[in-house]
Amino acid sequence: MTLLLDIDALHVDIPLAAGVLRAVQEVSLHVQRGETVCLVGESGCGKSLTALAVMDLLPARSVRRAERLALEGEELQRLSGRRMADLRGRRMAMIFQEPMTSLNPCYTIGNQLQETLRRHRPVSRHAARERAVFLLEKVGITAAGSRLRQYPHQLSGGLRQRVMIAMSLMCDPALMIADEPTTALDVTIQAQILSLLSSLQAEFGMGMILITHDLGIVARIAHRVAVMYCGRVVETGSAGEIFRHPLHPYTQGLLACLPVPGKTRPGKHLGSISGMVPTPIGNIGGCMFRNRCPHAVDDCIGGSIPLREISAGRAYRCLLSPESCLAKRAAWS
Amino acid sequence: MEHPLIQIRDVTKTYRVGTGLLRGKRDLKAVNGVTLGVAKGEVFGLVGESGCGKTTAAKLILGLEQPTSGEILYHQRPTASIPRRELARCVQPVFQDPYASLNPRKSVASIISLPLRVHRVGAKAEWPQRVAEIMAVVGLPPRLAGSYPNQLSGGQRQRVAVARALIMHPDVVVCDEPTSALDVSVQAQILNLLLDLRAELGLTYLLISHNLSVVEHMASRVAVMYLGRIVEESPTADLFRSPRHPYTRALLDSVLTPEPEKGLPETHLGIAYPNPIAPPPGCTFHPRCPHAREICRRQPPPATDGDRRVECHFPLQ
Repeated sequence: MTLLLDIDALHVDIPLAAGVLRAVQEVSLHVQRGETVCLVGESGCGKSLTALAVMDLLPARSVRRAERLALEGEELQRLSGRRMADLRGRRMAMIFQEPMTSLNPCYTIGNQLQETLRRHRPVSRHAARERAVFLLEKVGITAAGSRLRQYPHQLSGGLRQRVMIAMSLMCDPALMIADEPTTALDVTIQAQILSLLSSLQAEFGMGMILITHDLGIVARIAHRVAVMYCGRVVETGSAGEIFRHPLHPYTQGLLACLPVPGKTRPGKHLGSISGMVPTPIGNIGGCMFRNRCPHAVDDCIGGSIPLREISAGRAYRCLLSPESCLAKRAAWS
Repeated sequence: MEHPLIQIRDVTKTYRVGTGLLRGKRDLKAVNGVTLGVAKGEVFGLVGESGCGKTTAAKLILGLEQPTSGEILYHQRPTASIPRRELARCVQPVFQDPYASLNPRKSVASIISLPLRVHRVGAKAEWPQRVAEIMAVVGLPPRLAGSYPNQLSGGQRQRVAVARALIMHPDVVVCDEPTSALDVSVQAQILNLLLDLRAELGLTYLLISHNLSVVEHMASRVAVMYLGRIVEESPTADLFRSPRHPYTRALLDSVLTPEPEKGLPETHLGIAYPNPIAPPPGCTFHPRCPHAREICRRQPPPATDGDRRVECHFPLQ
């Protein structure tokens, strides 16, 4: 395994009238080749902005800084806009949530697929077309040759998302970032698209960052997981560790919120996290989760709470010891 | 069920839809011969993929649409003969997206009290008191009465929608995807609230959702819809323990529970949901069914009766 994406202490600040919104704070993430890393958290926790920061597609005015932000050993922060545009789509590709808004309605899908390849590689139209047909078949679209002439509105949601996946694969990228790729789709199609993504990822040996709020998806597809809350990573670990022995009270709370057939008792109360996510404007010290945490103590307010690493790749951001975190899990059920 | 609160008898709703320039219009049967009974006090779950007719069924029950054929009985009276306002007093909706279902230019108190004004309930002076009471019931702090929807979080907005539905003390609340626009931690709060309110106020829910985990948690009976028809209906526990229709089986298989040891499911459903304007002949599910045989392509499966209904030539055992 080689290190593909190396993010160290990434910050994204967005200046607003009310002050500086610290949308992403101190996020460190490492993706190996052939590995799926899931970023999971609720809306507004900064998971999408983290991905956009890697792609350098952040909204204007927002400020990105990091100790290190490197793809295949190349530091991205120093690259010019032109060099970055050369990387985007070629070495790293992104799939967005809503395929109807990310495909151009005025061009055929063949046109859009071939454009990606011809922008980056000196290939003939014919070769680009062959690659497009090959990939459309790979993603499970039948009669691919005739589909190339169709427009996005002629395809169903599931097919459009398959086209998006094929498009992201046109240049054989090393890193794929999928931002909520199945949220707009039905459950039956969701399972198919996720199987497709994970088999393609294994076949092409890509690294993948999958962003989702759905813990069910995370459990089934992730090798490693980073749980985000309010702009910070609060817990990292393998999927097994996160779901069997969650340490951070927020992760424990999220898992308690889910109705699971056969586990939660029908008609009984689900666990819930009371209160609301704070808005990280200005310099807020201490634990961001303290106002909703059942175990919060006075010490949670002051200073900054470090991400404590307990073994390689396993870390959590809480003052409690791992043993007492585990012991307190029962508070949620 | 002796006397269900809501009874839907062989209801069909047909829309005329254009199929393209100069191609004329064709019939789309959004709801196609649906028969259902919802008993008082139960939570009736309706599940299915997008486009299967769940929301049309909800609109028919709310009286927002009239069935093309068949009838809907409420307390043994056909809804067609019940004046619109009287029905609206008894059956109230909670919609999916609280960002779209609340008027952004009205205050919370004004949104919640609108049904009182429309139905001219009680004296005007009592209204603020009733709004305050219902806000307390759904867990909204009184200070939010003067706020506008854009100042509220998603969970608070959905609580406003629930309060608006409940202020008339309805018998039935039709919840159309009440939590799918919300985060998981907020979803749990709203589901807990709905469960509490049902126990306190003796409500009956029609819960429409594509999230089977939510339906399993909330509902006492479940109906599975496919292309405008109910393909399986049974008590929730039975349906989840031993589904009898292959489509139900596939739906259950595609639920992603947070169990990392399980991996991704294989549903064998194929890609395409059929075009509802030109549904397949015979059993409408046959093009996606792994067990389809010759008869499924020619002949629609017979409807069955009783506590567990399934529309399939070869139901699973």
